[in-house]
Amino acid sequence: MELYELTLHELLTLHNNKQASSEEIVNSIFKRIHQVEGDVKAFISLDEDTARQKARAADSEKWPGKIAGMPFGLKDIFCTRGLKTTCASRMLENFVPTYDSTAGARLNAAGGVLIGKLNMDEFAMGSSTEQSAFFATHNPWDLTRVPGGSSGGSAAAVSADEVPFALGTDTGGSIRQPAAFCGVVGLRPTYGRVSRWGVIAYASSLDQVGVFSKDVEDCALVMNLIAGRDPRDATSLEVEVPDYTAYLDAGIKGMKIACPREYFGQGVDAGIQEAVKKALQKYEEAGAIVEEVSLPHSQYALPAYYLVATAEASANLARFDGVRYGLRDGQADNVIDMFSNSRSRGFGSEVKRRIMLGTYALSSGYYDAYYLKALKVRRLIYEDFQKVFNEFDLIVAPTTPTTAFKIGEQIGDPLTLYMNDILTVPVNMAGLPGISIPCGLLNGLPVGMQLIGKPFDEGTLIKAAYAYEEISGIRCLKPQQGVI
Amino acid sequence: MALTIKEVEHVAMLARLSLSQQEKETFAVQLGTILEYASTINQLNTDGVEPLDHILPVFNVFREDQVEPSAPREEILSNGPLIEDGQYRVPKIL
Repeated sequence: MELYELTLHELLTLHNNKQASSEEIVNSIFKRIHQVEGDVKAFISLDEDTARQKARAADSEKWPGKIAGMPFGLKDIFCTRGLKTTCASRMLENFVPTYDSTAGARLNAAGGVLIGKLNMDEFAMGSSTEQSAFFATHNPWDLTRVPGGSSGGSAAAVSADEVPFALGTDTGGSIRQPAAFCGVVGLRPTYGRVSRWGVIAYASSLDQVGVFSKDVEDCALVMNLIAGRDPRDATSLEVEVPDYTAYLDAGIKGMKIACPREYFGQGVDAGIQEAVKKALQKYEEAGAIVEEVSLPHSQYALPAYYLVATAEASANLARFDGVRYGLRDGQADNVIDMFSNSRSRGFGSEVKRRIMLGTYALSSGYYDAYYLKALKVRRLIYEDFQKVFNEFDLIVAPTTPTTAFKIGEQIGDPLTLYMNDILTVPVNMAGLPGISIPCGLLNGLPVGMQLIGKPFDEGTLIKAAYAYEEISGIRCLKPQQGVI
Repeated sequence: MALTIKEVEHVAMLARLSLSQQEKETFAVQLGTILEYASTINQLNTDGVEPLDHILPVFNVFREDQVEPSAPREEILSNGPLIEDGQYRVPKIL
């Protein structure tokens, strides 16, 4: 057994018992990275020298904290002071932030050791990590397949044992979908649970920071570190943060689980439906009450999402003007051409497409028909969930309509690619917490099961997810082909 | 239905993007397809439904107006693509 194979809590136990030093752990991580990174390509940049220094400092108790000396990775959307943060875009290829994101800073303050910055779809716009301006990341389970997206590098790195845990962001499924494709645990907390300060914005009313880990216990440990109010993010709420590890008990007797029929319909692979239904049976056998429900506006969540998200993106990305940071076209002789040329050179095609779509939806004459209409639909989706949560503790459904698809398979057809998010976007529209956990394999590829909870009730998600690990024995899935 | 090239050019102007002829043609078709799909939300009757632009029950968030140290000027400027005399240089505006 190599150290890099272990979970965060296993590493912490070894470290606390003086059976492994931080330096040994971090060395093992880099050994693994150098072994597999040529195939997986999860990282945009590595911070090897600093990481080794921090590990040594942790061993001499100069880098203290609850996870002192423990390695982690960050999606390259989190600003890191003094370390290039690209958002996988030519626009920010040379951008070096002058401050840390709050979530990243909290992990540093807890003694975490940042290993590097992880690949993603450019500006978090995509579902396959093929939209990175630099290179595609490969799924560790099958290198010819995508890891999902937009946080594909984070999911792939955890799956390939390159880091024990990583942070990502989820605007329409960008944590849960890649977690499902790579067979790891991915939690998108409630909107307002984790600070978005220092995280480059895509769609501000939908973005949320979350965790990728190998098992549910690690997810709880990391949530304990990053959750909670941050004065720098006015949308991070003053809601008490419980000790999430207190929810790590498998007692789910009497828990009321809703199973929405719209998530088991047309377009969702029959094998995936079957895998999730089997999992629901296991929940029932363990004493949970499972009932079918309806979320009648589900099919409208995706079209409404692509209007709301792109509208917000078109406003957020207006800041990239070639003046204060980012790529600058030096040829133009007037300021408007300088803006337009810089943006056209700096942004890739999916980013341009979404900016165009959002600008159209907000433009005079179309605002009411598209943007305003989408916000009304958003309320209907929100109310669907509210009604179900009046009677149930959580909702269980598949995370994705298919398992990981082939690299290149969907790249030419934006709308087909958008359809990957059909089961994840409703959660974002309603601001709810959702977790994807592996629930089995289909043709050798992981299947993700999605648990959706009430606002600020990540605890129940962690409890039910942990219970599933216990009753199914499915925990820390490792690729059986691809990267071994 | 595809957008017209003229519509694409108008939106690109609003978005401050300069597109090649080929990009304009591709976007005309792709945006048309995506908007047609997005229009399925018009099947829903939303009369009397209040738009939901934010899911949190917070509106204005206030804090004490306190002076705190800000980031060093040189550090902030270091990311500027074109700097002159401690300022951002841009093409002539007026």
